[in-house]
Amino acid sequence: MKILIKEGHIIDPSEKLNKVGNILIEDGKVKSYPSDTKKLEKGPTIEVIDAQGMVVAPGFIDMHVHLREPGFEHKETIRTGCEAAAAGGFTSVVCMPNTNPVNDNASVTEYILLKARTEGIVNVFPIGAITKGEKGEILAEIGEMWEAGCVGISDDGCPVMNSRVMRHAMEYVKAFGIPVISHAEDIDLSGHGVMNEGFTSTVLGLRGIPNASEEVMVARDITLVELTAAHLHIAHVSTAGAVRLIRDAKKRGVRVTGEATPHHFTLTDRAILNYDTNAKVNPPIRSQKDVDAIREGLKDGTIDVIATDHAPHSEDEKKVEFDLAPFGISGLETALPLSLNLVKEGILTLPELIRKLTFNPAQIVRINRGTLRVGATADVVIFNPDKSITVDRNKFRSKGKNTPFHGWQLSGCVRYTIVGGKVVFSS
Amino acid sequence: MVFQRKHILGLEDLTAEEISLILDTAESMKEVSLRDVKKVPALKGVTVVNLFFEPSTRTRSSFEIAEKRLSADVLNFTPTQSSVVKGETLLDTARNLEAMGATVIVIRHSMSGAPWLLARELDSSIINAGDGSHEHPSQALLDLFTVREVKREIQGLKVVIVGDILHSRVARSNIWGFIKLGAEVRLVGPPTMMPQDVEKMDVKVYYNLEETLKGADVVIMLRIQMERQGSGLFPSLREYSRFYGLTRERLKLAKEDVMLMHPGPINRGVELSSEVADDVHSVILDQVSNGISVRMAMLYLVASGGGNA
Repeated sequence: MKILIKEGHIIDPSEKLNKVGNILIEDGKVKSYPSDTKKLEKGPTIEVIDAQGMVVAPGFIDMHVHLREPGFEHKETIRTGCEAAAAGGFTSVVCMPNTNPVNDNASVTEYILLKARTEGIVNVFPIGAITKGEKGEILAEIGEMWEAGCVGISDDGCPVMNSRVMRHAMEYVKAFGIPVISHAEDIDLSGHGVMNEGFTSTVLGLRGIPNASEEVMVARDITLVELTAAHLHIAHVSTAGAVRLIRDAKKRGVRVTGEATPHHFTLTDRAILNYDTNAKVNPPIRSQKDVDAIREGLKDGTIDVIATDHAPHSEDEKKVEFDLAPFGISGLETALPLSLNLVKEGILTLPELIRKLTFNPAQIVRINRGTLRVGATADVVIFNPDKSITVDRNKFRSKGKNTPFHGWQLSGCVRYTIVGGKVVFSS
Repeated sequence: MVFQRKHILGLEDLTAEEISLILDTAESMKEVSLRDVKKVPALKGVTVVNLFFEPSTRTRSSFEIAEKRLSADVLNFTPTQSSVVKGETLLDTARNLEAMGATVIVIRHSMSGAPWLLARELDSSIINAGDGSHEHPSQALLDLFTVREVKREIQGLKVVIVGDILHSRVARSNIWGFIKLGAEVRLVGPPTMMPQDVEKMDVKVYYNLEETLKGADVVIMLRIQMERQGSGLFPSLREYSRFYGLTRERLKLAKEDVMLMHPGPINRGVELSSEVADDVHSVILDQVSNGISVRMAMLYLVASGGGNA
């Protein structure tokens, strides 16, 4: 099976490619960049995709999603999560371990990978838990999970509050060369907070989560990674102070990377003014000052990656009192158009944006993806960056319809998602 | 002016004109309460549910009397006797009550925003009888009513609110109400009980009670909830009372004709010294009886205006 992608605007930051051209895919790999396609097109077993006016890039990699399986199949399954990913232009997703049971041992990792092979239409790379049951006490069997296919460790959803445990996790994981991904939150400072602490929480009478809750943990983890020389990745950066801490640490040469979500660089906590539980997320969406700082961090390279923290929940779970609703936003299917806003507003160039969605996350979790060089696995996204769309949560492939962006007018539409040389999504 | 709103959820979204209309209507309602036969047929045939998820004697009784004086059919629904303990969601509970014919739901809930959820998802008119730390519009309206009755004019008054502002729905509703009607509002309490950025509500924040009381026309004391002890927000009730308790001595710093108010119930010896508590009892009782008139006005305007006319 061959696919010829014709006359697309090829952008591949890993190869510094930014030009109009053709790509030939054969046997699941990037075969060549033919300049003359006439002869090829006449071949009997070739699918030709006319990509004129479209961007052709390495398939996006979302290094922060919750697929919910095993345990919470009413929110999402590996099948539906992968379908949502494909619709969003993602060819690989990195899934967090807060399932039930927690992915804290190799048998759960193997279950996830088996499910992904049989039902998933995109690549699934699991993250193992740092500690057993994500309880923050005893190290999980990280080595075996790494052998089984985990590409990093995290207690995402919960912080590792005990600094000694975090130190040992960072040290231990060096044997396997995978990153420690920190959900940076001081749970005592967060208290029972449900949204950003500030004027909006004061008016709404909702308990606030101060910026400091994130920042003290980012500072602690940076200090610990300086001690241990591991690789620290800060998940879902939400505050100006966290951006500053990461920037300063990078300047000192500390091995720290960071990611930001589209909701954190798009929304402020005013989205909650009508108690919209679809905007309830942890870390919370914050102030304009924080949004500006995250955008600045994306621009100057402090923040390496755009990841969605895709956190699907069922309608019933979200249609309750604000305090009772679970945290999380369904993000896979709105990530591209929201990210393209950064290009429109001159914060990132299109190649810079694509780099944060492909090559950078691939480097951090050390997977052999995110590139269109000849011989690479043919994971490709083809999208129209200018086509207007209206976000309609009812059309999401994800089971999680929990988006605060329903009804938004945006631009950017995925036309084809190709995984290993197979078209898994087209529109 | 005609009242156009289907719900009364808080004072934040009411205009000064709407607040004044409610207070004016309450004045007519007060006249009903002074009659021998304290009943008018305004809400005849209307079913009102008092959906109280939090224990409350004062507010619930006041709403119930108000509803009955307007001839409404009244159903009191409290979670201890209900399916809530069996795990039913708030929305399902409310939808069931609506299916039984309720068109006005008066809700008290421990969580901020619960009335908004009902207003968004149901057809009924929703009256917020207190939600979490958010708003308590009927309390603030009756406070405004009581002050207006005595002082004639809210505009230009210096109003001091003392205590745990952070957790107080009474404080938030009163701030909106008094500010909108032109008063100057000062807040005072321990810094740990002052919510973030509250100055942006156009109030002045103080930490020293004596300083705050100077020249005050109205002092609203908030109740210190006993369960806040051990929350780490203040060391002890004893120390709280020393710095933020109102004594006769301190009250002398305010204007001579200062009005002292308390949403009740009082913790004697904590936020008010016992002798001050006795002094203020008369205003507190005025507040209680005015509460009925104000709630009659709210029910009447919501049931006859907006989406229900």
